[in-house]
Amino acid sequence: MGVKLLLEKAHVEGIRSYEVYRREGGYRAVEKALKTMSPDAVTEEVKKSGLRGRGGAGFPSGMKWSFLAKPEGVPRHLVCNADESEPGTFKDRYLMEFLPHLLIEGLIVSSFALGSNATYIYIRGEYAWIPDILEQAIAEAKANGWLGKNILGSGFDCEIYVQRGAGAYICGEETALIESLEGKRGNPRIKPPFPAVKGVWDRPTVVNNVETLAAVVPIINMGGEEYAKIGVGRSTGTKLISACGNINKPGVYEIDMTISVEEFIYSDEYCGGIKNGKRLKACIPGGSSVPILPANLLLKTAKGETRYMNYESLSDGGFATGSMMGSGGFIVLDEDQCVVKNTYTLARFYRHESCGQCSPCREGTGWMEKILKNIDMGKGKMSDIDLLWDIQRKIEGNTICPLGDAAAWPVAAAIRHFRDEFEWHVKNPQECLTRNYGLANYADPLEVKSEM
Amino acid sequence: MEGLFLSLFTFHFSLFMVPFSEEKLAKVQEIIARYPEGKQKSALLPVLHLAQEVHGWLSAETMDYVASLLQLEPIEVYEVATFYSMYNLKPVGKYMFEVCQTGPCMINGSDDIVDYIKQRLGIGVGETTPDGLFTLKTVECLGACGYAPMMQLGKHYKEHLTREKVDQIIEECRKQAGQLN
Repeated sequence: MGVKLLLEKAHVEGIRSYEVYRREGGYRAVEKALKTMSPDAVTEEVKKSGLRGRGGAGFPSGMKWSFLAKPEGVPRHLVCNADESEPGTFKDRYLMEFLPHLLIEGLIVSSFALGSNATYIYIRGEYAWIPDILEQAIAEAKANGWLGKNILGSGFDCEIYVQRGAGAYICGEETALIESLEGKRGNPRIKPPFPAVKGVWDRPTVVNNVETLAAVVPIINMGGEEYAKIGVGRSTGTKLISACGNINKPGVYEIDMTISVEEFIYSDEYCGGIKNGKRLKACIPGGSSVPILPANLLLKTAKGETRYMNYESLSDGGFATGSMMGSGGFIVLDEDQCVVKNTYTLARFYRHESCGQCSPCREGTGWMEKILKNIDMGKGKMSDIDLLWDIQRKIEGNTICPLGDAAAWPVAAAIRHFRDEFEWHVKNPQECLTRNYGLANYADPLEVKSEM
Repeated sequence: MEGLFLSLFTFHFSLFMVPFSEEKLAKVQEIIARYPEGKQKSALLPVLHLAQEVHGWLSAETMDYVASLLQLEPIEVYEVATFYSMYNLKPVGKYMFEVCQTGPCMINGSDDIVDYIKQRLGIGVGETTPDGLFTLKTVECLGACGYAPMMQLGKHYKEHLTREKVDQIIEECRKQAGQLN
């Protein structure tokens, strides 16, 4: 069993309620921070912990906090990004649904560190039942003196509000989220100015992911240095992975980032192997935006070394032979899956979610969707593959926000690693409608693995 | 002629205009109080959700009403309502099946679920049954990838869908709507 910091108590009966959460040691981090530490000392612990943003970008959280501008007399805000919408990712939902008080506790400590008297949880609109759970947890915390005026006699006031989005992936991008919180369309802003200087209502703002803010609780409880000892290198602490696709045990797992990808997929503690005794074909290890990897490159790096479930190892080899940790949305494809079709559904997703502000993304995502659909339907031309490559190159890096990159990368990686499958679709327009290509020769030299 | 047009126009709109109840108006005030003074525009998304609860969709007149509640220009409401996928800009059935079809759900057979619902309800994607009970919609990732295939039904998710489960859901909806037999 690996170390569990976030989900340790997830299976305690009634942990959703304040009484049980408190009995199990909840709100100790708030006591410690507000009674014995200064806001800067809390930030310092987060810095020492090496915690990196769990939403996908992996930016050091303590550093992000230290960028927050603190002009005299201007209120500052912490906004919790619960707009979890990256295909393959459902970890924040799990945290909010089953451990709402953990998030609330993390929010209070973080709000104290940042000086946010009004903190907002921006949650995707489709998670329509979760605001009730969060609002109840907030009410319970408030009734027990953890929120409101002069918390624990510290002189610190804090309120937490839940704001529902209304269906827009782009609002997971922090400046689009801020626009949406202001009651506008979710069009990302040009940076600079960064939210740390000019965020919601032009006030200095920090936007952090749900899991990041929940991780602040164990960091304060155990101290940043102890937290940093868990994991490896710059991948400190634990990470939630939401595993899905063709595996025996889909679900949310907490890992300490020292386990190998192979162990994660095949051991019974985690994914439990590939469903129906099939073979592993490919995997998108960090949410739909990150490059898809064929089985051989997933389990071992190009240098032949074991690949591990952490930031550095997953990105080893760059985009040529590696991928990214991303949001931890781990999508596994077995030998029966069609990479072209999978890429098409992702391209359709990005076309649907493009906010339309930047033409390379607005137009490019539409073109990619159409071309991929044609290839999938057996109506593609050989030149389409190069055209796709060309389009994704023209989107990447040419947009205000990273949605353009996120749309380009999956297409690029699919062509890079599975070009023969695309070509097979073009050459066999009839056959590709009735059967799938199967495993690429180079993609999987592995034998069937049912147990480990 | 212009006057006639105008009165028809108003008549048409008033059909779809439902002012908020006292309770809802109090809720609007509670939401506005979450933001700094003068920033009531931030309440727009939550208030549009409240408005949609009344009718199941947002007519132009409902949007105008929301604009007046929040002291906004109507265009500020229209541009937001048309941006976000959860706001219905035309009437929908009492039960809306929003089936996810993005990668992880597709891998787990969402195409088959969509086809089966089409066949069971005799409607295509984006259509509503003649009795006004069901609307079928395909949507992009709802964050339930580990429990695929799935759909959103009202406030909740229906996960691990199979044909049998779809049958059950349809029956439950019909029963609930008092239309069984």
